Order: sequence, then C-alpha cells, then structure tokens
Amino acid sequence: MENLTSFLSSLIRMSTPLLIAGLGLVFSANAGIVNIGTEGFMLLGALMGCAGSYWTGSALCGALIAMAATMVFSAVFAFFTLNMRADQTVVGAAINIFASGLTITLNRIIFDTTGGVPVIATYGPMPIPGLSSLPAVGVLFNQSVVCYLAFLAVPVVWYIMKKTHVGLEVRSVGENPRASDTLGINVLRTRWWTILLQGLLSGLAGSYMSMGQLSFFTEGMVSGKGYMALAVVVLGCYSPVGVLGASLIFGAGMALQYRLQAANTGVPYQIITMLPYVITLVAVCGFIRKSRSPAATGVAYTKE
Amino acid sequence: MKGRQPQLQSGRLFDKVYFPAMSICASFLIAGIVFALLGFDPVTAFGGLLSGSLGSLSAWGETLNKAVPVALTGLSYAIAQRCGVVNLGAEGQVYIGALCAVLAGTELEMPAPLHIPVTLLAAFLGGALFGTLPAVMKNRFGASELITTIMFNYVALYFVHYMIAGPIKDLDSGSNFAQSKQMLESAQLPRLLAGTRLHAGLIVAAAALVFYQFFLFHTTRGYEMRVIGLNRTTGECAGMNPRTNTLLSMFLAGGFAGLGGACELMGVQLRIMENAFNGFGFDGVAVALLGGNAAGGIALSSLLFGALKSGATKMQMRSGVPTATIYMLQGLIILFVVGKRLFDYRRLHKKPRRHPAKEDV
Repeated sequence: MENLTSFLSSLIRMSTPLLIAGLGLVFSANAGIVNIGTEGFMLLGALMGCAGSYWTGSALCGALIAMAATMVFSAVFAFFTLNMRADQTVVGAAINIFASGLTITLNRIIFDTTGGVPVIATYGPMPIPGLSSLPAVGVLFNQSVVCYLAFLAVPVVWYIMKKTHVGLEVRSVGENPRASDTLGINVLRTRWWTILLQGLLSGLAGSYMSMGQLSFFTEGMVSGKGYMALAVVVLGCYSPVGVLGASLIFGAGMALQYRLQAANTGVPYQIITMLPYVITLVAVCGFIRKSRSPAATGVAYTKE
Repeated sequence: MKGRQPQLQSGRLFDKVYFPAMSICASFLIAGIVFALLGFDPVTAFGGLLSGSLGSLSAWGETLNKAVPVALTGLSYAIAQRCGVVNLGAEGQVYIGALCAVLAGTELEMPAPLHIPVTLLAAFLGGALFGTLPAVMKNRFGASELITTIMFNYVALYFVHYMIAGPIKDLDSGSNFAQSKQMLESAQLPRLLAGTRLHAGLIVAAAALVFYQFFLFHTTRGYEMRVIGLNRTTGECAGMNPRTNTLLSMFLAGGFAGLGGACELMGVQLRIMENAFNGFGFDGVAVALLGGNAAGGIALSSLLFGALKSGATKMQMRSGVPTATIYMLQGLIILFVVGKRLFDYRRLHKKPRRHPAKEDV
C-alpha cells in the first residue's frame, strides 16, 4: 500500500510535464510541424520559471515568465521555419543548442551558483477535500493546480481538435496546405498560432519540472524529456487521449526507474536510468505502424 | 529528408561565401548584443576569443586539436544527410567509439605502429555498429530516426557511465572518480609539432574528409546514396535499394563519429571520464550544416568551431563571459545558415521562383 501510494504519486509527477508538452505538440504536430526544439523550450521554461519565482516570490508569476520566455523562442522557431522556410529539424536543433548555452549562462548569473540552492516558491499541492483522504488513490487528489489543469485539459483539447472548426483547420493545414489555402484558410497564420501555443505549453511543462518535481534548476535538467514528448505524440497517434495514455506509460517507466533505484535491486543505477529511454525506443518501434503522421509533416508551405 | 524544400542552390562561388559569412556576422552581432545585455564587454570577450584561438602557435595547435573531433562528427551528420537520414546520434556514437578505443587501447599490448590503427579500427567499428541500430529500426519498423538516434545517445551515455564506474574502472590510480584506465603509450596519438599539443588526429580527420569526398562523388555506391537522398522514389525506380543505402550511410556515419571519439581520447583526454565527450555530436550537426555537407566546407567550419572552443577559456578569463555562451553562438550560426533566405538580396527585387512540383506531397 505504501509502495502503491508513492508509485502513483511519482507516476503523476513524471507524467505531467510530458502530458502538458504533448498536448501543445498535438496542435503543432497536427498542423504539420516537427519541433525537436521542444527540448530547448522546456529547458528555458524550467530556468525562467525558477527565476521568475525567485524574483517575485510567486509560483504563478514564475509560470507566466516561463511561458512568456518560451513564446519568444517559439516565435523565432515559427519565423525561421514558416517565413524563411528553413528546415524544421535543423532550426529545432539550433534552438536546443542555443538554449543549453543560454540557460547555463543565465543560471550562473541569476542564481550565483557558488552559494547554496536558493529557496523559491514552487507549485504546492492543493488537496481536494474528501477525495484526497481516500486510501491509496487519495494521493491522486493531492497534487498541484498545474497537474489538475493538465489532466482536465485532455477532454478540452480533444473537443477542440475533433469537434470545432478551429481543430478542423489545424488538421487540414497539416494534411494538405494547398487545398486548405484554396478554401480560404490562412496556412501560415494557423501554423504560427499552433507553434506559439506549443511553445507556451512547453514552457509550462518545463517550469513544472523545476518547480513541481524539484524546487530548483540544474543545468541540462530536461535531459531528453522534450524529445520524449515528441515520441509521446507519435505513440498517442496525434490525439490528446492517446497522448494522455502515452504519457502515463512513459511516466510509469520513469516512476519505476526511481522505485527500482530506491529498492536496491543490485542492478547498477546507470542501467536503471536507461529505462525511460529504452521504453521510448521500444514504443517507437512497436507501435509506430498504427500511428500516421499528417501528410504535409515537415514541409514548408509557399503560397502560389 | 522527407519533403525537400526549394533551396537557394545556385552553384555560384559568391553565394557559397556570402551566405556563411553573413550568418557568422549576424551570429556574432547578436551574441555581442546578448553579452552586453548580460553586463559583459563584448569587445574584450571577442578579443579573448580571438587571441585564445589564433593568437599563438600553441593556440593554433589547440584550435586544430579541437577541430578534429567536430570535423569527424560533422562528416557523420553529413554522410547520413546526403542519403536522406537525419543522424542526431553522433553524441552516442562518439561515446561508444571512445569506449571501444579504451578497450583496445588498454587491454591489448602491441607496438605503436600496429596498436594505433587497431584502436582506431575498434572505435570505427563500435561507432558504426551502434549507428546502424537506428537504421535497422527505421528500415524494419519505420521508426523515425529523429527520435531513435537521440534516445540511443542517452543509452550510450549511461552505458559508458556504467562501464567506467564498474567493469572498466581504473582501480590502480587510487582516485575514487569513475574513470577508465589511461591509454597505453603505444595507443596514444603522437604529437605532430613541437611546442604545441597538436596530435596525429589531424591526419585521421584529413583522411576521413578525403574518403568522404571520394566515396560520395567517385564511387557507384556514393552516387546511389546521393540519388536516394535527393529523391527516394527516383532511386527506387532506378533499381537502387533505399534500405541498403540507409543502412550503409548510418554505418559510415557511426564510424566517423566513433573515430571522432577515438581521436579526442587518444590525442587529448587519454581516458574516459563522466560527460567528458558531451557536445561533440551536436557540434558536428552545426559544422556539417555550416559547411553545406561538403568536404571542404566541413573542413573550414570545423576550424571555426575548433577556434570557438579553444578560445572560450581565454574569453572567460578576460571578460568573465562563461564558456557555455559558445553554444549560444553555435546555435545562432546554425539558425542563420538554414535561415539564409533572410539574407537573400535577390529576394528584394525578384519574385521567388515557383517550385510547385517539389512542394506538393
């Protein structure tokens, strides 16, 4: 029972950033964008969330600053891939390299790393009365607001993508930009806002890693979670409900990794640390056939 | 690459110089502004960068030494890219190459003229076999190499960390750090120039560049790879096998990266420590892009990146700008290289040419 509770707790905490970033990617991926720069966005979000919270003393302000910072980055991504028609993968890789340098530099300037770890406001738990005192599963209702919002956003995103005109536009732009253009949909504008939204959510996801999972920023702390978010979307067949399932699977892998490390199984910790990455590899190989990417994925659009 | 975009591919020499030069200028300009905003003096910083990389004979030696591994990882990205595969896995292939080199360089005993080639070969094969894994997954399961190569980076990193903390840990040195044994004298690359640390990895990198150029442009297999990279369907219709070529390109890509790890190990680091080889893979992506996936371009851009790396320490000493800012510069350079349309002066007075056939999927 004790084990189950702590497993569920770390499952939720590990899945949340993947879910938030994944939901953002649902929009941009359906619009035909492959953004490996998500890794860099999350890294920047993690740092700026901490910094904002450190400056203002409020986790909410931290989150807002993180989202604003990553939106600037996503605007750069959008400008280069959409307006300059540069290769999406390469621009994403450039953003990741830039972000790793920028966050290390800013971290040393803002936090003066020679001293101790600064105390910052974090996403504290907000127990839901009644439900949070349930045995075993009560821990699911003793999470931060960001967690609740992430899980509640799943049906909302599903509704937008499947039932509204906006969702239809996004999907049609990803499938056939030329035809969408003919029907009067502004391809560039649609892709622009999906990228901005995706950047915003990646920033929130990153800030959750530094202010929800931990309470400080460490250099290179995102360590592949941004790439995993991309894998989550592919595995989840580009649908929000699929993304929820896939992030829970990946989250379970990471939670299991921590449980195994704590359990002293005799397996070296470096091998256990590989687990989430190996799960990603297996998942990408085993399930990808059922998942079909939008037809115009990765292709820049030029208006005739 | 899926869905090639219309590119500004005129073969004019002026353009080949103009676009990279503009990218580099714009990157330094923006980095200078960022330095100033962060409260540093950009002039002192770039002065330190210059004198630390090109200011003396020994600085030149360091620059060349730093250029060697990134030239090889650059080739790694380039040869895969030529065949239409995006290899973001050089990072892990470097580690596996270095690991194999350590095994060959500490466990085997033989005279140097034999030991050095054997160690390099071990690194090449290790990196190459590791590099083919994502290619197999792509061929067999359709798994995107964008995700698999990056995941394999982490697998390789943690595997090497495990090895140096356990099975191949150096127990003799008395230090408690996780590190491998030191390479035997006979497996260390000799110095080339007195008064500098310049090592024979330069020859390896030069040979690899020549091989790359020869292979792609003077062999049938290289031709097949380029055709498939440019248009997979055309290649298939002409009877070329895209799967075999994907496999071979990733084999060579992994091998180049493995050699990069081996040169850095055998010439500079001499043993593997935690995270000691981080960043070489992604530097290679930048080098290949800046060099336009051409041998000559990769040679020049690896020199630029070598200079950035070797000058970074002096820059930090003189102006306090952290060495990590070099990554910001690199990111900016890539961004402006792929976004070169930004500097396209022809765009100003000419309508863009239409490529409807290329854009429809």
